Amino acid sequence: MTYTFLQEYWCFLVCFLGALLVFLMFVQGGQTLIFQLGRSEEQRRMLLLVTGRKWELTFTTLVTFGGAFFASFPLFYSTSFGGAYWVWMLILLCFVIQAVSYEFMHRHSNLLGKRTYRCFLFLNGVLGPVLIGTAVGTFFFGANFVVNKLNIASSVAPAAISSWTTPWHGLEAVADFRNVLLGLVVLMLSRCLAHLYFLNRVDDVEMRSRGLRMLPWEVSLFFVFFLTFAACWLSATGFVVSETTGSIVPMEMKFLNVLMDRPEILVMLLAGVGLVSVGLLLPLVRHGSRYGIWWAGTGTVLTVLAMLLSAGWGFGGVYYPSLADPQSSLTLANSCSSEFTLRVMSVVSLMIPFVLLYIIWAWRALEKKSIDSSDIA
Amino acid sequence: MEPIDPSLIDWSRAQFALTAMYHWLFVPLTLGLGLIMCIMESIYVKTGHEFWKNVTRFWMKLFGVNFAVGVATGIILEFEFGTNWSNYSWFVGDIFGAPLAVEGIVAFFLEATFISLMFFGWNKLGRGTHLMSTWMTVFGATLSAWWILVANAWMQYPVGMDFNPETVRNEMVNFAAVALSPVAVMKFLHTVTSSWVLGAVFVVGVSSWYLLRGKHNDFAHASIRVASVVGLVAALATGVTGHQSAVQVARIQPMKLAAAEGLVDGGQGVGLVGIGLLKSGVNWGNPQEDPFFFKLELPRALSLLATNDPNGYVPGIRNLLEGGYPGEDGLPALSAEQQMAIGKKAIQSLITYRAAREADDAAAAKSSAESLRHSFRYMGYGYLHSPEELIPSVVTTFYSFRVMVLLGGYFVVLFAGLFLLGRRIERLKLIPLGVLLSIPLAYLASEAGWVVAEVGRQPWAIQGLLPNCAAVSRLATSSVQLTFWLFFVLFTVLLIAELCIMLRVVADGPDSSTEIPVAE
Repeated sequence: MTYTFLQEYWCFLVCFLGALLVFLMFVQGGQTLIFQLGRSEEQRRMLLLVTGRKWELTFTTLVTFGGAFFASFPLFYSTSFGGAYWVWMLILLCFVIQAVSYEFMHRHSNLLGKRTYRCFLFLNGVLGPVLIGTAVGTFFFGANFVVNKLNIASSVAPAAISSWTTPWHGLEAVADFRNVLLGLVVLMLSRCLAHLYFLNRVDDVEMRSRGLRMLPWEVSLFFVFFLTFAACWLSATGFVVSETTGSIVPMEMKFLNVLMDRPEILVMLLAGVGLVSVGLLLPLVRHGSRYGIWWAGTGTVLTVLAMLLSAGWGFGGVYYPSLADPQSSLTLANSCSSEFTLRVMSVVSLMIPFVLLYIIWAWRALEKKSIDSSDIA
Repeated sequence: MEPIDPSLIDWSRAQFALTAMYHWLFVPLTLGLGLIMCIMESIYVKTGHEFWKNVTRFWMKLFGVNFAVGVATGIILEFEFGTNWSNYSWFVGDIFGAPLAVEGIVAFFLEATFISLMFFGWNKLGRGTHLMSTWMTVFGATLSAWWILVANAWMQYPVGMDFNPETVRNEMVNFAAVALSPVAVMKFLHTVTSSWVLGAVFVVGVSSWYLLRGKHNDFAHASIRVASVVGLVAALATGVTGHQSAVQVARIQPMKLAAAEGLVDGGQGVGLVGIGLLKSGVNWGNPQEDPFFFKLELPRALSLLATNDPNGYVPGIRNLLEGGYPGEDGLPALSAEQQMAIGKKAIQSLITYRAAREADDAAAAKSSAESLRHSFRYMGYGYLHSPEELIPSVVTTFYSFRVMVLLGGYFVVLFAGLFLLGRRIERLKLIPLGVLLSIPLAYLASEAGWVVAEVGRQPWAIQGLLPNCAAVSRLATSSVQLTFWLFFVLFTVLLIAELCIMLRVVADGPDSSTEIPVAE
């Protein structure tokens, strides 16, 4: 295993965790549907029960995503988290209120009242996907930072090795509509996946027919956002490492070129988009099919994985471009951990299939039968 | 490049301390109550008696309420390394990130997956499978603590790495040295056993409340029986691991020990301050008078505690700053000024190395790298401006240490008493009241332990290598102030909500329809 291979391998793992996170955000999508889909208290509790059994997986994936990113690409951790401070802080706040809401909401004497916790869940459901999508958008379209590792070498007054060049500390990402668009894509995807998940898990005729009435609109909106974003993404100018000079230079339609250059990513993307489409359309075509979640879920993982890999795997792996100083852009090579650390971590990563196996086992053990009103009693 | 605003460092420290202290309110109960719950459910599976199932389910309710806030505060801590300590994240991320990633992959998923089965699986899983889920949840939480404490121990005792001037960071060269460092092992044992003590105090305290009210007496006695055994074993183990930790601290962080003792001038056969009252406004680097109003000292006990020898040498704060006392290698220790001078030389060597590399001057680069290699051990001292910066808050460390140790001793007596009293506790109303009032004391001891460990090691982010002033992110101070207050308000509201819910759950009590376990 060469150092370059290890960098790409860890890039793959981090992207895979990111892709799983996006899929698992059906929990967030479900939280945005609590008030729309569930009209009675019993219905709302059913929706909360099925999402409440899964929120920890989403949460854990986010934590592991953070840990894996830190271990494998510490300069990203240092630069993005320390720079785009407000975006990450808002994301964290969103997840904090989610973690307590599921546990506290139906307890007596919970201080803030059931409705407040449900509003927290709704907020997490909307802001979580939008903010994460917006933050991920900067992987494609750049952020405002500079890096100088030697800044730490000053005994008089050490400075930060990476710093943000705008006073907005990450909030300026919303000024690029493409970042926000990606946030909206993730939000709509999470809502569509939530519909499919509810169709699969909840036995309630009324909610089922309401969900099926809402689904075509949600799916249409998702496709409008997604296709617009895809056009922006594929036509965007990105940054690559020049093979001749080694410096970081702009490339027109970088991501389209990556797809042409790395056919495995293209195949993954096409398969993913196809599966998402099948999954989303299945309940509409075969009235109320319960299996759309598995098609769309698998497709989501593949699509997001392919899109994230297009930032990291192609043309020198400039995965976090700097708009302030392109030479400060983060590449797999200049931001990764040492070869020794990546090698050790790769051995640990062999446990991931085992982890996936017990998650699947646990999932099946809990989900043998759908939720109905008797589970709320 | 602008230098970093000093108040930014203080606010960043304050924010991290706030998050960590709140997080640390919930984690020990998760670990301690978790173990007790596992034992209770094991008894249920072994005896088949529904009583124990209901006992377990009652404590599990409280476990769940507490767990959620622990998870919520934990995620902030992980990301704060990046958001508030960006230099740190790069300078040592190659080593420090690994335990966090392993924690996520190996431990956190285990905990998160099985906790769903534990809470929602009572009617869906067989008894054995459910019991396994409960144990796996608690095992996952404990394993999680292991990796977090490996990371924390590495900050206090950095091993298994080399500095790479090419990348301007420390890089791991020995994973086993990091993961199995003796400091990590002892820190884990001390932290986990002390968490078991807290869990046990919580259980006996809540149970005592039922005895005071004359409600759910069988439930209370059964819970006290299990928790007092766990508590007694854990309290004794905490004492032993605490002593071992002190021996390590004396060797690798002597300033922390000196601060915890308020020891200005060390020597051989030094006494341990049992109780003491410090004067205010003392210049700890060079006090002109005795810094104590009064103190009760156990002769030679500090030497014994720190070196396992009643005549062992323990340096005081002044000795550590002035140097010259016999070091571990037998040579006179360097003074703080000397260490700072070597540290500045290390930083300069790094600058000249990078300049030589850019100029393609291989000879100069080699010579600078060699110089850096020799002086790197003291690089962190090069960032300091005066020796006094090496002294942590003596007052905070001194009193926290006393609170931790004295309460640790009290808990041994408490659990031994409960164990011996058995059901007779019911007749002695003052005892259950005392036990109930011990719950906040357990939290106080736990937080005090954290304060000793973390405040006592200031000013270091990484002991000897990176002080906080060189580790912090470049942010507007106002941004960190704002997030500090946001977190403060949010965490406080969540804490109050948790307390209200817990009090309600306790007030509602366990399922009283349960049969009493006759002569179990």
